[in-house]
Amino acid sequence: MQLKWWKILCIIFLFLTFTAGFLIPVPIIGNLHQSIRNFFFHVPMWFGQMGLLTLSLAYSIAYLRTQNLKHDIYASEFAKTGIIFGILGLATGSIWAKYTWGEFWSNDPKQIAAAIAVLIYLAYIVLRSSMTDFDKRARVSSVYNIFAYFIYIPLIMILPRLVQSLHPGGLEGAKGGGNPALGGDSLDSTMRLIFWPAVIGWLLLGIWISSLKIRLSLLANKNLIHE
Amino acid sequence: MNRLFLKRLCFTVVLFLLSPFLWAQQTISPAIDETMRSHDKIYVVMAVCIVILIVFFLYLIRIDRKVSKKEKSV
Repeated sequence: MQLKWWKILCIIFLFLTFTAGFLIPVPIIGNLHQSIRNFFFHVPMWFGQMGLLTLSLAYSIAYLRTQNLKHDIYASEFAKTGIIFGILGLATGSIWAKYTWGEFWSNDPKQIAAAIAVLIYLAYIVLRSSMTDFDKRARVSSVYNIFAYFIYIPLIMILPRLVQSLHPGGLEGAKGGGNPALGGDSLDSTMRLIFWPAVIGWLLLGIWISSLKIRLSLLANKNLIHE
Repeated sequence: MNRLFLKRLCFTVVLFLLSPFLWAQQTISPAIDETMRSHDKIYVVMAVCIVILIVFFLYLIRIDRKVSKKEKSV
């Protein structure tokens, strides 16, 4: 049984998340109460998505530079796993929102922007499946992917900071202010100790799942790829 | 050998998962029972999540190995 070191790291970090994440004492802030433990599960979904989509961007650029279909396969599979993480992030966020903001969906700028970001990436999948020519598909979707990334980042990182939002990180408003994920005082040092392994663990899980799909896709398209 | 090993591993894990229920019938049980009931039963949630996590990881490793096998055979 040979597992790569980062897969073992992923397993260890996620087990740490699922044990310590439930057991450590947490600060009680506002109406969050124990639900602040969602920091170990909801927030890493978005960190994971950012990591996966950044990898996808890197491979799209690599494809345009090398015209090697292998890179296009990498880019698409990372993007697909990224979408899954985004949908999970939205779903877990709504559940959390229901019990802290009062509604599953309160049309909060952060929620809308995150939903649009996910939709933009869904369009990437639709765009890919609309073309049958491999090279054309790879080229067009790589270009689209680069554009998508540079819309995605403002949507989830910049826009929510410019307006009032219920989500942490908006302009000083209802509850806002500070950093969207790691508000200076909203995480104490014990939480950080679990939070960062959680982020890395979830990200590695995303990479793991993507890598399996990549390997399958490489096998299926073996005749198209030339080293 | 691989397949057999994996089957044995899965079986062992399942047995491990069953063991707490078996302990509960004996006299030493109250210790674990009490732990599980303490802190508003948060340990119950933790146990459930860990079971899910274990099974997911076993499944993921299994798929990983299948892909590796296929890669070797082509």
